[in-house]
Amino acid sequence: MSETWLLVALLAAATARGAAPLALAALGGLFAERSGIVDIGLEGKMLASAFMAAATAATTGSAWAGLGAGVAASVLVSLVHGFACITHAGNQVVSGMALNITLSGLTAMLGSAWFHEGGQTPLLGPGARFAPIELPGAVTLAGVPAVGTVYREVVSGHNLLVYVAAAAVPMVAWIVYRTRFGLRLRAVGENPDAVDTAGISVSATRYRALAMSGVLCGVSGAYLSIAHHASFIRDMSAGKGYLALAALIFGQWRPWPTLGACLLFAFADVIQARLQGTPLPLVGVVPVQLIQAIPYILTVCLLAGFVGRAVAPRAIGVPYLKER
Amino acid sequence: MESAIIRGVRASVSSRTRLRWVAPALLPVINLVLALLLSAAVVRLIGESPARALWLLASGAFGSAEAVGYTLYYATNFVFTGLAVAVAFHGGLFNIGAEGQAYLGGLGVGLLCLGAGGWPTALVVLAAAVLAAAGGAAWAFVPAWLQARRGSHVVITTIMFNFIASALMTHLLVNVLIKPGQQSPETREFDPSTWLPQLHDVARSLGWEIGRSPLNLSLVVALAAGAVVWIYLWHTRWGYELRALGYNETAAVYGGIRPATTVIVAMSISGALAGLMSLNEVMGVQHRLLLNFPGGAGYVGIAVALMGRNHPLGIVLAAILLGALYQGGSELSFDMPTLTRDMVVVIQGLIILVCGALEHALRRPLEAFVR
Repeated sequence: MSETWLLVALLAAATARGAAPLALAALGGLFAERSGIVDIGLEGKMLASAFMAAATAATTGSAWAGLGAGVAASVLVSLVHGFACITHAGNQVVSGMALNITLSGLTAMLGSAWFHEGGQTPLLGPGARFAPIELPGAVTLAGVPAVGTVYREVVSGHNLLVYVAAAAVPMVAWIVYRTRFGLRLRAVGENPDAVDTAGISVSATRYRALAMSGVLCGVSGAYLSIAHHASFIRDMSAGKGYLALAALIFGQWRPWPTLGACLLFAFADVIQARLQGTPLPLVGVVPVQLIQAIPYILTVCLLAGFVGRAVAPRAIGVPYLKER
Repeated sequence: MESAIIRGVRASVSSRTRLRWVAPALLPVINLVLALLLSAAVVRLIGESPARALWLLASGAFGSAEAVGYTLYYATNFVFTGLAVAVAFHGGLFNIGAEGQAYLGGLGVGLLCLGAGGWPTALVVLAAAVLAAAGGAAWAFVPAWLQARRGSHVVITTIMFNFIASALMTHLLVNVLIKPGQQSPETREFDPSTWLPQLHDVARSLGWEIGRSPLNLSLVVALAAGAVVWIYLWHTRWGYELRALGYNETAAVYGGIRPATTVIVAMSISGALAGLMSLNEVMGVQHRLLLNFPGGAGYVGIAVALMGRNHPLGIVLAAILLGALYQGGSELSFDMPTLTRDMVVVIQGLIILVCGALEHALRRPLEAFVR
């Protein structure tokens, strides 16, 4: 019995660790897209942050400095996106793709030029990354059946940024639905003309939304390189930015359902890693690649209206041109 | 009074006609210069000389007959994917899925070549072209159908289809098509009778000596595809309908154009063009199906289409430019090891940013300046 509990607890813990960077990036994307800016550049922002965080942590030896540098890099990328899409009314998808491609090259290029390890950054020591945290009582409660195991394996023992991700969901929900900024954000994504008429700057609101997106993607990228792993590896986001975008759409641009989608996608990944070569009852060995493709197939089905209906913010993708 | 108005109209018309060629001709050049300047800043940041890097890049791309051959070999891929992205663009659709469509086109070519040993060359080439186009078109058809009939945004679905294509092909190559007793996930080498003829062999049989390079007959197919796309877009009813849809959907519908059919046809043609890229890579150069053979060419197509302003002629020129960057970039990394091939990816990204996302930022001042 305790064996099964332990397995379930371990799977849950791995799911939480996999979902954390997705949720952070997806919540970042939520700000941008709710304000009416398509944010395909999540991937690029994560990469920028992962690289700068690892590079800074490796040079300074401080995880916090790394996190700061990562977030700053990601915000900068987000503002470039804003400059193209808000100030110059450029195509938002094109801008996002451009940034993703540029950063995929730039991080690898700067990495190999600065550290001479083929695009990787040096392995980080214990102080330079966010180590797992043992929550109080984890050891004392370990003897209690079920509850003890779950508390010790699932709730305790993650690095700080996993808890940040968990806290970010209610925070974002509160900001988007309960604050003045949140109301303006949603209004600007649905009907920018009305917001403009009310005397609120559409551009400023959208720039703020993109800055928020930058911050959250920055934490997400730093999670990859200085918390989950101990160095930057070229293209280490490996499509997680696009997966986060898929989760955001799957969660219909709302914080809690988006978290649910992130957990689902992360769980699919955990299962896929565990199932390699293990035959399942009835179907036999399922190719791991098929399980890897599940999040993408699910998102396509959702977009097609086969599972629920994804209704995007009404003004998404349309540059706002103020009348002169 | 009246003459003043007429003069005003005439002046504005003549400035329009001047603009008509100034903007398309000058903007790409200015954009390229801007992208290169930004890249030079990166090179500086790394501590190398931008001028020397540019010189090495240019001589690596055009310095010898072999180099030109390699440049054109890369350009062949980019003509196909650039045309693919451009056709979709004309209808206001953004096809990010050229990468996956090329991958699936390769599956068609690969399966044919594995089984077609000993067939007459002309038949193999024709069948391969049909299957390459069919594979790519099939992979674009689903997102197109979903866009046209269910309203799912084609940008997101084509991105998803890139990932699904990658998973599918990895599965097929690792578990099904892999050559038995081999570690790396790739098929056995095709029978030499199914290889596309190399251009230097063709030239030799005609009495010319040109440098050895992977350049093959697919270059001719690429140029022909460019001509066909030009005819399709500007000299057929379907092309007219597509462009009308891209300009103004409401007006197009009012004019009796059916958007759903037009979108599905255009996206399928776009996918077919992307699929044809595999003729060059799979049938012309690698002679086997291997993991991730499109190697990002689908994304390069976005840069090529934007830079070539979605016109086949511009696309061919932009593809040669990007081909030169890829070939020159790999030569450059030999001489200046700190400037890895990733620099080419940076330049490519900056070109998309400057030509695509920031196009208005430059056009307005330029138009004001010309006027």
